[in-house]
Amino acid sequence: MLRYTLKRALSLGLSLVVASLVIFFVIEVVPGDPASFMLGLNAQPDTIAALRSELGLDVSKLERYLVWVGGMLQGDFGTSYTYSTPVTEMIGDRIWVSLPLALYALTLSTLIAFPAGIYAASRRGKPGDMAVMGATQLGIAVPNFWFAMMLVLIFAINLRWFSAGGFAGWDKGAAAAMKSLTLPAIALALPQSAILARVMRSALLDVLGEDFMRTARAKGLTRRQALMRHGLRNAMIPVLTIIGMQFSFLLAGAIIIEQVFFLPGLGRLIFQSISARDLIVVESVVMLLVFLVILVTFLVDLAYAAVDPRLRSRT
Amino acid sequence: MSLLSVQNLSLSIGPLPILKDVTFSIAPGEILAVTGESGSGKSMTALAVMQLLPDSAQTTGHIMLRDEELTAQSEKSLCAMRGNCIGMVFQEPMTALNPLHTIGQQVVETIRMHAVMPKAEAEAQAAAMLTRVGLPQDRFPLSRYPHELSGGQRQRVVIAMAIARRPRLLIADEPTTALDVTTQAKILDLLKDLVAEYDMGLLMITHDLAVVADMADRIVVMRKGEVVEQGDTKHLLANMQHPYTKALFKASGHQVDLPSAKDGTPAILSVRDAVRDYALPRTQLFAPRAYHRAVKGVSFDIHHGERVGLVGESGCGKSTLTRAILGLEPLQDGSITAFGAPVGPDMPATSRIKTQVVFQDPYSSFNPRHRVACILTEPFHLVDTPPTGDALTQVISDVLTDVGLQPSDSQKYIHEFSGGQRQRIAIARALITKPELIIFDEAVSALDVSIRAQILDLIAELSRRHNLAYLFISHDLSVVRSVTDRVLVMQNGEIVEQGETEKVFTAPQHPYTQALINAAPVLPDLAALTSQTETSHDSA
Repeated sequence: MLRYTLKRALSLGLSLVVASLVIFFVIEVVPGDPASFMLGLNAQPDTIAALRSELGLDVSKLERYLVWVGGMLQGDFGTSYTYSTPVTEMIGDRIWVSLPLALYALTLSTLIAFPAGIYAASRRGKPGDMAVMGATQLGIAVPNFWFAMMLVLIFAINLRWFSAGGFAGWDKGAAAAMKSLTLPAIALALPQSAILARVMRSALLDVLGEDFMRTARAKGLTRRQALMRHGLRNAMIPVLTIIGMQFSFLLAGAIIIEQVFFLPGLGRLIFQSISARDLIVVESVVMLLVFLVILVTFLVDLAYAAVDPRLRSRT
Repeated sequence: MSLLSVQNLSLSIGPLPILKDVTFSIAPGEILAVTGESGSGKSMTALAVMQLLPDSAQTTGHIMLRDEELTAQSEKSLCAMRGNCIGMVFQEPMTALNPLHTIGQQVVETIRMHAVMPKAEAEAQAAAMLTRVGLPQDRFPLSRYPHELSGGQRQRVVIAMAIARRPRLLIADEPTTALDVTTQAKILDLLKDLVAEYDMGLLMITHDLAVVADMADRIVVMRKGEVVEQGDTKHLLANMQHPYTKALFKASGHQVDLPSAKDGTPAILSVRDAVRDYALPRTQLFAPRAYHRAVKGVSFDIHHGERVGLVGESGCGKSTLTRAILGLEPLQDGSITAFGAPVGPDMPATSRIKTQVVFQDPYSSFNPRHRVACILTEPFHLVDTPPTGDALTQVISDVLTDVGLQPSDSQKYIHEFSGGQRQRIAIARALITKPELIIFDEAVSALDVSIRAQILDLIAELSRRHNLAYLFISHDLSVVRSVTDRVLVMQNGEIVEQGETEKVFTAPQHPYTQALINAAPVLPDLAALTSQTETSHDSA
């Protein structure tokens, strides 16, 4: 198990190095010089050159890469070109919106998907299964911003239970903050839970056909006991894979939902920075997201090993 | 009173009738074998007794365990009965256990499912049961996982689970079909001992008549969902009444009419000190890579027109050697030459023409989207100038006729054929380039006995007609004995004995060969049995 963990950790480190190289050089190739963008169309060449040197853009690419990576390792993501504030600070404010939102949505999605998937699998081909499958089909087909608008219409405008947008902030207390994240989290969770429920159902159905499920029934377990004791854990590998992918998506892909609910999250930050050619912010936020995604993959790998003893003994 | 009595059991799934009027009974301490070919309804009979049938199954008739009618029980009382009064052992030990639970957890589960007791007590019972089936705690603690055990050991765990509650009836569905002969013999002995020790009834489902004759007190022969004949083993074997029973036994002990071997023909395949290593996964980053030696310096020849058998248990290196002979994998040492040219992955395509292969599984070795004509002509990729037009049509119809099929079959798809016909197509595909050597890799192992007899006859006939040499690889000793002139016995990557087939089988020299031959179940000599019962009748 230790060897397995170390191996996964090594691959995590290598992935991060490769990702940082790719991010840095891809963004370097993108046209648009931040200095000339900031100074506008009528700027003098020598003013631009002065600004470039002030921003640290006049040294070699390799040097800039090393400075960037070295800074990140010490928790310094550089200074935003446009706002002249440390990027660390900008990310710090927003990640406390995005990360809880992603976790909230993922929890909701799992809470909906697990029972729905298990129910559908245990009633395969019967009306209950068809109803769940129909609902998930709808959940996948309808875009999440439409759900968002419907939720705002019903719960914010008509019932007035929630505010229609904005973030209360953690300084107003956890309850208030979570309340303002509730509608966005539901809007994000619905399509994800539809996908997850379908994966859960088909993974369970695959397991139900296995020989050891018949063995379990021959021992005297009821259908339900066999499903819960022997089926569920064996179905977890594909389900864990999807949960890992969904977390990554929820973290970075919440941009439209953040827009609908006026949430100051990472998605909005990255969108604004791209429009302003604020390269250092784009690079840093993307790198942070990549780090989180790779970290989640690492955790999912560890979860596989926790579920399956065959992975533990294989080195 | 009988322990289990099945009366007029009929079963259908949707409109499809599966069982018709099946009647038999088992007494305590008795072994009843239900036998028949695939599709005869043997396994469905077993599942019907367990009441684990598919939801759409409709049954009529009675299944009585002592004085309880199983067909009338609620699901709840059936659950209380399964694993407690009736235990079941399945065919595939590799998949019958949950890979994520330890063997201890799985045996304990059966015990605590039916009895309220502290965990420690259940674990002590499980440990005792595992020890009883031959898995002592010092070597196989409860904390072992299934993937850490071999097939035979896993089957012992399945048996321990099935008998943990000392059920009155044990059902074993093809319990040794997936195992090697020496392991099979041990598992059969274990089952026999357990039946005697616990005075259980054993309902054993098997297609292997040699096992049946060896194990069973009574036999039920089934065909297409009906019982065609049943009775006391010795009596039934001596006085077979139904033509199907007779045909089944005849096919099981089928002797092929092999043309006599010619001496002094030149060697077409020479294997010299062949060594094949597989790299093991790295355990440490910078340590030198470890290797597993699957074939350890094997040498033999196959002469023109000679029929050679290769026997050995799973993992002995048979398949590895086959892949090397076909030039699919490189050797690490030694050499293989076929028809005067070296064999290896880099050999020119044209050198592959004279050696062809037939695989085991007639269901998965064809592309289902290709017509038969397309499948058959695939080896022509090896030929510089393949036949075209009318010549091609002629070649295809010749080769189909050769294997006993119709020329018109060339336009059909593979799903339109039965298992036996598919194996004929596989042979036709091997024959189309007019090879001089064919490798049969377990080519008849997946077939029913009557189909197997036909395919063996076909192989003998083709060998006569085309003067074919072949290497016949099989775990089934009786088949190898009937279709080969010479036999190689392989163990742990080495050929431990080789010689004329009859000599090796009648007077095996190497201890491993002796063990193999002793372990292999043999059909009783029917003629001897008949005269035996006649004399006993006369004296009475």
